[in-house]
Amino acid sequence: MNVNVPPGSIPNAPQPTEWPEGTLTRVPFWIYHSPDIYALEQQRIYEGPVWNFLCLEAEVKKPGDYRTTFLGSMPVIVTRDVDDEIYAFENRCAHRGALIVLDGGGHARDFTCVYHAWNYDLKGNLKAVAFEDGVNGKGGMPKTFCRSDHGPRKLRIALFAGLVFGSLSDDVPPIEEYLGEEVATRIKRVLCKPVTVTGRFTQVLPNNWKLYYENVKDTYHASLLHTFFTTFGINRLSQKGGMVVSPNGGNHASFSFVDKSTQGNDYAAMGLRSENEDFKLKDPSLLDNADEFNDGCHMQILTVFPNFVLQQIQNSLAVRQVLPKGLQETALNWTTFGFADDTPEMKTRRLRQNNLAGPAGYVSMEDGAVGGFVQRGVAAADGERAVLEMGGSGTTNEGTRATEAAVRGFWKCYRTHMGV
Amino acid sequence: MAAITIERILALHAAYIRCIDRNELESWPDFFLDPCLYVVTSAENHKNGFEGGMIYADSKGMLIDRIAALRDANVYEKQSYRHILGLPYVAKNGGDEAETETPFMVVRVMHDGKTDVFATGIYLDMVRAAGNELKFKKRLVVCDSSRVDTLLALPL
Repeated sequence: MNVNVPPGSIPNAPQPTEWPEGTLTRVPFWIYHSPDIYALEQQRIYEGPVWNFLCLEAEVKKPGDYRTTFLGSMPVIVTRDVDDEIYAFENRCAHRGALIVLDGGGHARDFTCVYHAWNYDLKGNLKAVAFEDGVNGKGGMPKTFCRSDHGPRKLRIALFAGLVFGSLSDDVPPIEEYLGEEVATRIKRVLCKPVTVTGRFTQVLPNNWKLYYENVKDTYHASLLHTFFTTFGINRLSQKGGMVVSPNGGNHASFSFVDKSTQGNDYAAMGLRSENEDFKLKDPSLLDNADEFNDGCHMQILTVFPNFVLQQIQNSLAVRQVLPKGLQETALNWTTFGFADDTPEMKTRRLRQNNLAGPAGYVSMEDGAVGGFVQRGVAAADGERAVLEMGGSGTTNEGTRATEAAVRGFWKCYRTHMGV
Repeated sequence: MAAITIERILALHAAYIRCIDRNELESWPDFFLDPCLYVVTSAENHKNGFEGGMIYADSKGMLIDRIAALRDANVYEKQSYRHILGLPYVAKNGGDEAETETPFMVVRVMHDGKTDVFATGIYLDMVRAAGNELKFKKRLVVCDSSRVDTLLALPL
């Protein structure tokens, strides 16, 4: 008996284009571990008409600064050239395809591939080919070789509120239109002045990228999986919440705020008032929250399809970049930041509150593991599907966080791009 | 007050990793003075002068809160660490306060037996003699890598 059955040829196995009929309320589990889907995502999403988050403008501050990152699985170099403009291009030598830059970032006048020393300027133009004219009249490139015909693929760049986005597509809408007005406004609400990076960490998630991306958009799980705030009696009845979803479904912002008409904004006092002596914070300075945006909104989680998360958890600010690293591995790149004009007190407050998020975050560490729980749970469930009916079947804005509207919005956007 | 000796430093390190590896985390904050500074960061962040950490505590109370959260609030699969330490380098010894640099390797063992090198790095410590004991005034846990697999639950 031949047991080497190639994928997709198993009789009656669901094919990767057969989405369950009906609405956005069902998600087939094969979507999380199909190699065909993974390959299509690179073409149709990351290299398609989307804006990929690349880095912060603050990370390429001066002419000559560069960072390396990814467009899905495609390696990318982001630079600031001497004209003070930001450029991005594929980190792949036009000659043999080797990486042009090997490190994570730095400062350079130009780039030279280590393999055969082909040289590029900061815009990604091929400027020099070693031994182009040969040696002692022998060898060398043909006279017909034209350097400008060769080079790594160049990205279009969109800058928005200090964020650098890149796209390979000529069809992607302008960034404001792509974000949607409400999501754009909520980005500018946080990124309202020059930022300063305070740390970078990569959390390696043992699951398909979509499981993490759904999780960030899933307001339903927040108080159920993450029990830190409820355990320590920090939840407040006067909290209100809501969410906005962009028209294309792919971007969202969820938020909660305190109704100032009923109470002040004293988190520390709430921690101290917790009735159970065992469950109150010994050091409530963690919750010394400053209403820095003057709107009472103490938490806002925002996503931009397909790879960007902006986090405001009290005064803990971070961007997260979600990158696929294989069918069942995702890199979650955290960059924590403050503002250039932060007082010493605000700096300390952010350092403390960063305990709330990140790989060791009080209200986020579970998100590093829960995608893996799903990935392992659905290993043999190709014919089964997830149920997304909380809050109905729509993808529109909701005045509550007890909804899966933003997760359905993700699938609406995803399926539009993927054609599945 | 007895002077700080290498024997006392070794005893402090041995007791510290024994506490974590035996899952006696309730005793872990007692290795620190109050106030103190305990930060888990990476070599790259440390080199860049970034003050932020994956864990940041500047009081003993925050260390106690971290353990309380791990015990009663946070969700993670059962796991344990095995710390293996290198030899402490004493960078400065002022008699009642010393600065040391000690390499570490932490192997994480999951409940199903999966065993991986979870972290390597160096402890940059400031220890102080407090009565008969040495305590950490400052412990920077500088991990060699900025990558963390899945999540960082137990302290390093």
